[in-house]
Amino acid sequence: MKTLAIYLMAGKETPALAEAAVRGGADLIEIGFPFSDPLADGPVIRRAAARARAAGKRTTACLECLARVRERVEVPIVPMTYASLLEAYGYERFAADAKVAGAASLIVADLPVGEHPELERIQLVAPTSTDERLRAAAEQTGGWLYLVSVTGTTGARETLSAEAEGLVARARNVTDTPLYLGFGISTPEHARAAGRIADGVVVGSRAVEVAEEGPEALLAYVTSLRGALDS
Amino acid sequence: MTAGYYGEYGGRFVPETLIPALDELEQGWREASADPSFAAELDALGRDYAGRPTPLTLAERFVPGKRIYLKREDLLHTGAHKLNNALGQAVLARRLGKPRIVAETGAGQHGVAAATVCARFGLECVVYMGEEDMLRQRPNVERMGLLGAEVRPVDFGTRTLKEATSEAIRDWITNVRTTHYLIGSCVGPHPYPEIVRELQTVIGLESREQILAAEGRLPETVVACVGGGSNAIGLFAGFLDNHEVRLVGVEAHGAASLSSGRTGVLHGARSSLLADEDGQIVDAHSISAGLDYPGVGPEHAFLRDSGRADYVTATDEEALAAFRRLAETEGIIPALEPAHALARVAELEAEVVLVGLSGRGDKDLDQVLARM
Repeated sequence: MKTLAIYLMAGKETPALAEAAVRGGADLIEIGFPFSDPLADGPVIRRAAARARAAGKRTTACLECLARVRERVEVPIVPMTYASLLEAYGYERFAADAKVAGAASLIVADLPVGEHPELERIQLVAPTSTDERLRAAAEQTGGWLYLVSVTGTTGARETLSAEAEGLVARARNVTDTPLYLGFGISTPEHARAAGRIADGVVVGSRAVEVAEEGPEALLAYVTSLRGALDS
Repeated sequence: MTAGYYGEYGGRFVPETLIPALDELEQGWREASADPSFAAELDALGRDYAGRPTPLTLAERFVPGKRIYLKREDLLHTGAHKLNNALGQAVLARRLGKPRIVAETGAGQHGVAAATVCARFGLECVVYMGEEDMLRQRPNVERMGLLGAEVRPVDFGTRTLKEATSEAIRDWITNVRTTHYLIGSCVGPHPYPEIVRELQTVIGLESREQILAAEGRLPETVVACVGGGSNAIGLFAGFLDNHEVRLVGVEAHGAASLSSGRTGVLHGARSSLLADEDGQIVDAHSISAGLDYPGVGPEHAFLRDSGRADYVTATDEEALAAFRRLAETEGIIPALEPAHALARVAELEAEVVLVGLSGRGDKDLDQVLARM
């Protein structure tokens, strides 16, 4: 079975949305902790982050949101954020408090291998990563490796990136760690294609857009991804 | 110190996609720095194209009783110190085989410098600029267009330099294989703060020779405005080892990342920033688009902590008053950015003062006239 990870921005509706996503077949929920200057994100997540910040989703409120999601779903939950939040909150304190709130690990989009090696997290690798860096990331990552399928920021694309296959192949050469493909995966067709080569997929921007229409819409969307991934 | 760090500041806080490009850039920079032909090419470009050395002018009427020397980067081609860095990075980009340049700009001076070097070297040039800055720095937008650059408006967030920088970095993430990011200040991930500082060091080295020739001694105090801090770091570099020379950086009152900031991460580096207690970046406010930035180069944060440099602020009104005073007493119209440095000169307990006049004020006339 391939893993389906769904990204949601922290917000008032997130617990209900996460529950809908899991009912639709999500195996893992990522919760975005918004940052004012998200360099890795395209327009959809950037705008969702701005709205979340305007609605008061500060670090403590996001941790609270994580705990509420934990009460509603059984699957692993992973906060995804940027280094400036951890800098302010304290790296160790953030990791500890996220764990207490129910997080399985964490993802920091602008903390590449080499910065803060003491912080256990899910490492990201990209098509531009050298084999040496792929190996280092795989050694340090917690549980699975996040493969950024495109040379670019988050956001829907027309097709699954042509770079994805090469990246998966290179990663397989250096590690047995599960590989999940993310960035630019938005349709059931993308999910099916990604699932053929990787161990899981992460869907972010499109899930955030659909989530704006409510839990029912998200349930239907995630169900369609699940179906494609299992077919 | 750890490589890429100034004390606890600096580093590489960027998505993984960029790390190999930063490694490649660092490698290319090390090779270029060790190659005498790189230095020779930059010297020739500086002399024959940019107009180096720039003069050192004794301002006799600006503050009676003091001997104030102005390092005239306003007389450099394109009207600001930004060209020193843009020329160096363009030569570097060519060595790296990158045909496309992406840059951010606030006041438009770095954008103009980037567009200029791209025209000169036949490189494609895309400049990101906040819509707010495009309004207040209209002439520079038009200059970039004439020079063949594409100016892409950034219409979200602060619509100023901070957002323009984020968009330039996102463009770089997307096009990293063909593109060199020509960052305009001594900010960003390692090795950018070092590269920009080294390319601007010419300001400090020339000033040092010139003031020794004029006065037979070093100045008591060296003053420069600080936004990202490239002209200040270049000027300071000529005097860092002379501890009797006081170094003073002047920030805009509403963008005082060193004077009132806290440690955080922005645009790839850990530095002193305008940020709230959660690490969210706070908007800066300044009449000067070039200083209207919530971050600062990591080396400045280090110089502040070590006590080697002092950082003070000037308000919009103080900068405007200094702007007018320099025009009326010396016949020089400064940019609003160095007008902040000029605003602090009178009260300094020093007789011989060196001021970095980092750019000329033509671009600011509309704004200044509207406030008068």
